[in-house]
Amino acid sequence: MATTTLDLKKKPAMVVIKPSKGWVGLNLKDLWIYRELVYFLTWRDIKVRYKQSVLGILWAILKPFMSMVVFTIFFGNFAKIPSDGFPYPIFAYTATLPMEMFTNAMTVASRSMVASGSMISKIYFPRMIVPLASVMSSVVDFFIGFVILIGMMLFYHITPTIATLWLPLLILLALVTALGIGFWASALMVRYRDVGYIMPFLSSLWTYITPVVYPASMIPEKWRVLYALNPMTGVVEGFRYALLGSTSSLSLPMILASSGIAILILISGLFYFRRMEKQFADMI
Amino acid sequence: MSNLAVRVEDIGKQYNIFTESTKYTTLRDKIVETIKKPVSTLFNPAGSEKFWALRHVSFTLEHGQVLGIIGKNGAGKSTLLKILSRVVEPTEGIAEIHGRVGSLLEVGTGFHPELTGRENIFLNGAILGMKRAEITRKFDEIVAFSEIEKFIDTPVKRYSSGMYMRLAFAVSAHLEPEILVVDEVLAVGDAEFQRKCLGKMSDVASEGRTVMFVSHNMSAIQRLTQECIILDHGKMIMRAPTAQAVDYYLTNDFAGDGERKYSDDEIPTSAHPFKPIAIRTIDKAGHITDNLVSTDPITIEIEYTLAQDITGLRVGVYLMTSRGEYVFTSFDTDEPERFQKYSVRKAGHYISRCIIPADMLNSGRFVIGMNASSYMVKRYFADERAINFNVNATGAPGMQWVELRHGPVRPRLDWTIEER
Repeated sequence: MATTTLDLKKKPAMVVIKPSKGWVGLNLKDLWIYRELVYFLTWRDIKVRYKQSVLGILWAILKPFMSMVVFTIFFGNFAKIPSDGFPYPIFAYTATLPMEMFTNAMTVASRSMVASGSMISKIYFPRMIVPLASVMSSVVDFFIGFVILIGMMLFYHITPTIATLWLPLLILLALVTALGIGFWASALMVRYRDVGYIMPFLSSLWTYITPVVYPASMIPEKWRVLYALNPMTGVVEGFRYALLGSTSSLSLPMILASSGIAILILISGLFYFRRMEKQFADMI
Repeated sequence: MSNLAVRVEDIGKQYNIFTESTKYTTLRDKIVETIKKPVSTLFNPAGSEKFWALRHVSFTLEHGQVLGIIGKNGAGKSTLLKILSRVVEPTEGIAEIHGRVGSLLEVGTGFHPELTGRENIFLNGAILGMKRAEITRKFDEIVAFSEIEKFIDTPVKRYSSGMYMRLAFAVSAHLEPEILVVDEVLAVGDAEFQRKCLGKMSDVASEGRTVMFVSHNMSAIQRLTQECIILDHGKMIMRAPTAQAVDYYLTNDFAGDGERKYSDDEIPTSAHPFKPIAIRTIDKAGHITDNLVSTDPITIEIEYTLAQDITGLRVGVYLMTSRGEYVFTSFDTDEPERFQKYSVRKAGHYISRCIIPADMLNSGRFVIGMNASSYMVKRYFADERAINFNVNATGAPGMQWVELRHGPVRPRLDWTIEER
């Protein structure tokens, strides 16, 4: 015992292992202890995503940019969909950028648990970290795409206002929603792989019910709060308000409705995820 | 001060097995069921049978103790380790772990082929629960241990499997947990690597840290542990000093009388297409028995079927003493001609038979382990203690002296005495 390298001065932490009954607590303490793992997994996801692609990081710009071009040609020029008086390209881009981040985060997070199956069946760490890191890794793409947005704003001579300060909160709103959906979908996918087929469909459906190619002002005013129960409505219209100064539709009740639902999705997702967590290692 | 490392109390783990009859419900049934009780379907897998992989297991372990866990395949050893390393949650009972648990069973977990060695060290370290500062501090040591300095910035997908394992093992080995959990059965890699694992284990054990060691290798168990628990069908049968436990484990609970038959539920699905039927010991007169005579030849028969052709199959035996020391290992295709002839063994029903020549074994109790594998490809089936038998040394050399003869073998050697 004399040669032990064990530091007996500090009492080792005790862990109690017992069956968790019913709706288990969130155990945020463990999440904090393992916080560095969130960073490492996020970093891994980003690194791996671009390591073997020719265009690499350019994809983060190309995807929202190409969507914007297609939308501008067909919806803006041919279908003549109104754009609240802004040039259609920037009107569409302010929406495709956060929407792309959202659908991407949601899809990657939903696959994350199954993709990390070998890790989960062999070693303990708070499982919540897996979808969380996936969502975080999607943010990087967003910031790269944001560079284009700045370029477009310069091109169209749009000066940012003080309202730009809302952006971080709006980004957070989109991420909270994506994470909530990610918790639900990734936990469900462990048992029902069908979820994998639903996600692309859900992504495109979600893009249609969100004012990406059309303005929310096209929706009758009395329905708008109801319409904003889709958190991405709040995010997209919020982006247009924060960056372009568009005030034609956004209202405080809409933002509150979006935020309320987003938080509801996140919390319910968290609890469902924790509830299912104990079965993950048995089922993956 | 209490020096408790692990306390396990009445731990049990129940698994759902999806049975054939419930697996193939029609889609319509499934939909109807889901509409009837949507919530419960969302949370509980429908239609499954339950069984206890582990039940009523209790023990304590002090810091600095090395505990062996032995038992047959499916006895619940791995389940126990998984519960203690928090990978699966127990269904009942409680366990207390005082200190960080590290295990050598998840070597390389989370390694990503696209990332470089350096990047994987940090990633893997973080997954294993190390802080970044700790990894940075041990980085040079890990690299030195793994002997891959030159390739540290090369993606690990370009590594040879040996380099990959060395790096993965190096990270795990530098975790310095208070409690180390090792599942030798799950350890992969070549003999050299396994030796390294065992070497590291003895280091850890001699440093006075707590180790829980699952193995089928009785000589490793005896070398490394002082105490063992024996699991059987999910229950803890005994806890005893290693020598006693190994002796009990190797000589009890056998289908006796010189024959061990395998029922379908004892054969893991991974054995397919190999299916063992029986292993038996036969005396000179052709009777199946477990009481054999040293001065007569002893026949060992392994009967099995192959559902498909297998390339490079070898079926063979390990002979061990009741203390778990190996006496010999032998396979039915050891002879090069036979190896050529059976390079592909056709589907069919076989008996592989060998004869231990007369005047070979000393008196005592012996254990035969069975193994069917294709070298470096797959181990189809292994039963480390398939059958045991007694050897009676009546008539063997040296019986005029009543002393105990050391050693597992008692050959009749060709002595000459030369007078000069």
